Amino acid sequence: MMSPASIALGRFGYGIGPGDETVRDPKAYLLRQLDAFDPTPRVVAERVSTRSGTGEMIELLRRVQQDTRRAAAAMPEDAAPMAGEGMAMRGDAMTTENPRAAALAGLPPEYREKLTEARRVLVQDIAVRVNLAITSPAPMAERLVHFWANHFSVSVGKPGTQFEAGPHEFTAIRPHVLGRFSDMLKAAALHPAMLIYLDQFQSIGPNSAFTQRRPRFGGDAPQRPRGLNENLAREVLELHTLGVDGGYSQADVTELARALTGWTVPGLGRAGRFAEDQATGAAFVGLVHEPGARQVLGRSYPEGGARQALTILDDLARHPATARHIATKFARHFAGDTPPASLVARLEADFLKSGGDLASLTRVLIASPEVWTPGPVKFRTPFEWLVACLRLAGVQNLGPQRILGALTELGHVPWRAPSPAGYDDIAASWAGPDALVRRVEMAERIATNVAADNVLARAEAAFPDALSDATRTQLMRAESGRQALALLLVSPEMLRR
Amino acid sequence: MTMNMNRRTLIAGSLIGAGALALPRMAFAQGAGQRNLLFVLLRGAADGMAMLAPVGDPGLEALRGASLADYDNALRLGSFFAVHPALAEIAKSAQAGEALFVHAAATSYRERSHFDGQNLIETGGTTPYGTKDGWLNRLAVLLNEGAPAPLRALAIAQAVPLALRGSAPVSNYAPSALPAASEDLLARVSQLYSADNELGPLWQRALETKAMAGDDGLTNLNDARKAGELAASLMRDAGGARIGMIELGGWDTHANQRGAFARSARPLDALLAAYKTGMGGAWTDTLVVVATEFGRTARLNGTGGTDHGTGGAALLMGGGLRGGRVIADWPGLAASQLHEGRDLAPTIALESVLAGAVAEHFRLDPARSMAQLFPGRDAAPLAGLMRV
Repeated sequence: MMSPASIALGRFGYGIGPGDETVRDPKAYLLRQLDAFDPTPRVVAERVSTRSGTGEMIELLRRVQQDTRRAAAAMPEDAAPMAGEGMAMRGDAMTTENPRAAALAGLPPEYREKLTEARRVLVQDIAVRVNLAITSPAPMAERLVHFWANHFSVSVGKPGTQFEAGPHEFTAIRPHVLGRFSDMLKAAALHPAMLIYLDQFQSIGPNSAFTQRRPRFGGDAPQRPRGLNENLAREVLELHTLGVDGGYSQADVTELARALTGWTVPGLGRAGRFAEDQATGAAFVGLVHEPGARQVLGRSYPEGGARQALTILDDLARHPATARHIATKFARHFAGDTPPASLVARLEADFLKSGGDLASLTRVLIASPEVWTPGPVKFRTPFEWLVACLRLAGVQNLGPQRILGALTELGHVPWRAPSPAGYDDIAASWAGPDALVRRVEMAERIATNVAADNVLARAEAAFPDALSDATRTQLMRAESGRQALALLLVSPEMLRR
Repeated sequence: MTMNMNRRTLIAGSLIGAGALALPRMAFAQGAGQRNLLFVLLRGAADGMAMLAPVGDPGLEALRGASLADYDNALRLGSFFAVHPALAEIAKSAQAGEALFVHAAATSYRERSHFDGQNLIETGGTTPYGTKDGWLNRLAVLLNEGAPAPLRALAIAQAVPLALRGSAPVSNYAPSALPAASEDLLARVSQLYSADNELGPLWQRALETKAMAGDDGLTNLNDARKAGELAASLMRDAGGARIGMIELGGWDTHANQRGAFARSARPLDALLAAYKTGMGGAWTDTLVVVATEFGRTARLNGTGGTDHGTGGAALLMGGGLRGGRVIADWPGLAASQLHEGRDLAPTIALESVLAGAVAEHFRLDPARSMAQLFPGRDAAPLAGLMRV
């Protein structure tokens, strides 16, 4: 059974961390984090300002594809794969030893260098995310960042996304977790990372000026058939806003897709010189925008260039189906895989009343009795568990490669979800036999490399008034401090929250 | 801290105390006998018309254009269908009578969400999220009836996929790059979880599967051929898994499909070829079922890809199959023949294919299998798939 203090630490946050105060008033402890949260810490601002062009990488890839068919066959879609991902298997005999190195070897040097750089940038961004979560004075707010990043999931693989996945979270999600949902929606759905991930950047209006005048831009039509792509529009409706039962039709998908044409990545193609930079880091190219008014969910939106899609997104953000969808996911994340209907209803009502004020939504969550139920309600995801372990064990500034290695082995690398729906948020997806073995192996690794004294006292502090007799007994019987720490890291108290 | 990427080492023998490692059970379920089933789920909606192109249909040229050059030298099944060249090993199996395709098939789902579509092909339900367990798990329940001990069902994946979740015990395994934990710690963890209703059983299954896998020499599942060999090594022996499942991604080819499809098809081909070889003599008693959540649009879209559609293809392989053919009630590709004017129209229920195949393979009553695995359907399970 969890105590209110252990709930505040574990269910809302990432567990006890270095220099954490004793939690006397659990709700006040959480509310203070809303003020303590820094949306743009220096380390994040530094990361984002040093980016090289994503469009440059995509252009480079296009040249490579035109030059060498072989390279095109060997590479792209999953350009800089990371070791250990279960889903994307490769079949080429040439890749048996080291798939990545072998695939890279077949590429022209300039592209190879770019891919190597992309991978380095990505790995460092992942490390920034993890180290922020370990050291943050507002771990609950970090949890919110990661919840919303998973809601607006982008997954790296397509060329250019490696540069943009980190900035997507840092600039489109993080500043808005205590702001307005509509602002986050517009920033996240129209960020270059999402525009590439869901193929929006190459979607072109069938009646756009570009299509009409194509011969003048000529030459590329046969190699690159281009037209409308509905992928982003569909996921905006199904995943980001209304939800799958939100009452939209295929016609709404197509109309939203038409409104979204023109939203693309800066620095791209011949049409790029007509691009207008947008606040999201994207570019709008009026030349490829489908002209005319659009009908979405029975409402008409007059022609308005880039603003047309923004206006539709604003309306989607305040739709009742969106409120229900968001409330359900938010409740599921904090209050259990099958969240209490009363909690969902309260969050939904607040979302509608406040116009999608996410700070208000968070305060309602903290004030809700359903979230303070003493039995554990969630099985920690691998990412949550690893961050909680590193906080508890006092590991700080872990190197980027080690962080990536650990998350890869646990099957939960940020910005690497298998689908646009993000990673699952239910125990059935994470509490498997193999996953348990990996956590035990990882726990022993961690315990071998940190100070392992006073483990019992640390356990009592980590789970105030909530350490079970069974765990306490095993910790006391352990043959060494290290073994005790490893056992604590895989104890039921650490695996659940 | 160091995180050596050593190979997982062999966990051998038995452990002391409550964590005693169960030896592989030599008794196996009556219902399964020595027969094996490998279910391969292609996540992302694999394009059936690329997998098995209906080159004999006069409407194909207008829909697929230049991409059809890929099939110039591809193996034909009859005069109508051509197997994608990246599936050369599978095509060879078909030639040898050990593989067959079912085309223009779909589940009862008629919307176009991956997530709902995958939910249905995994649960076997008729409404998304309406069924909590998976049809493969219910198959294990059927086969466990009256058996002395439950059969082993195993996902070769880092997490148990929904299709295998349910009341029958299942396990999962994927090679790890982490150094193995010490045996003493494993034994103490067994004690730590002994009173926990969820973690206790999970942990016991984990230890059993770990012992079965032994030293696989792998650190991940990236290499499709080795993944196929691993699957075979976990299934071919008497004490191995009777039901296995593997997932493959990368099929959501919205853009530039010619390259993208081939890049996903090659690993599928390599995996199945390695699995077949690895099963050795047990291949005779093995059935492989490959399916995806739905098909894709018949016409290439503006970005050289295809979007979410309806009718698609499924693949069966196995030593006991009446293979070398395509089962299809071909709907045609003229505009008026397409489902909603855009998709290959489904004429065979995918549930009938799955239920019919596993029922014949495991000698289960077909009607009862259909009712248990895919309840609420009118269609009869497909018959005559196996030689026996």
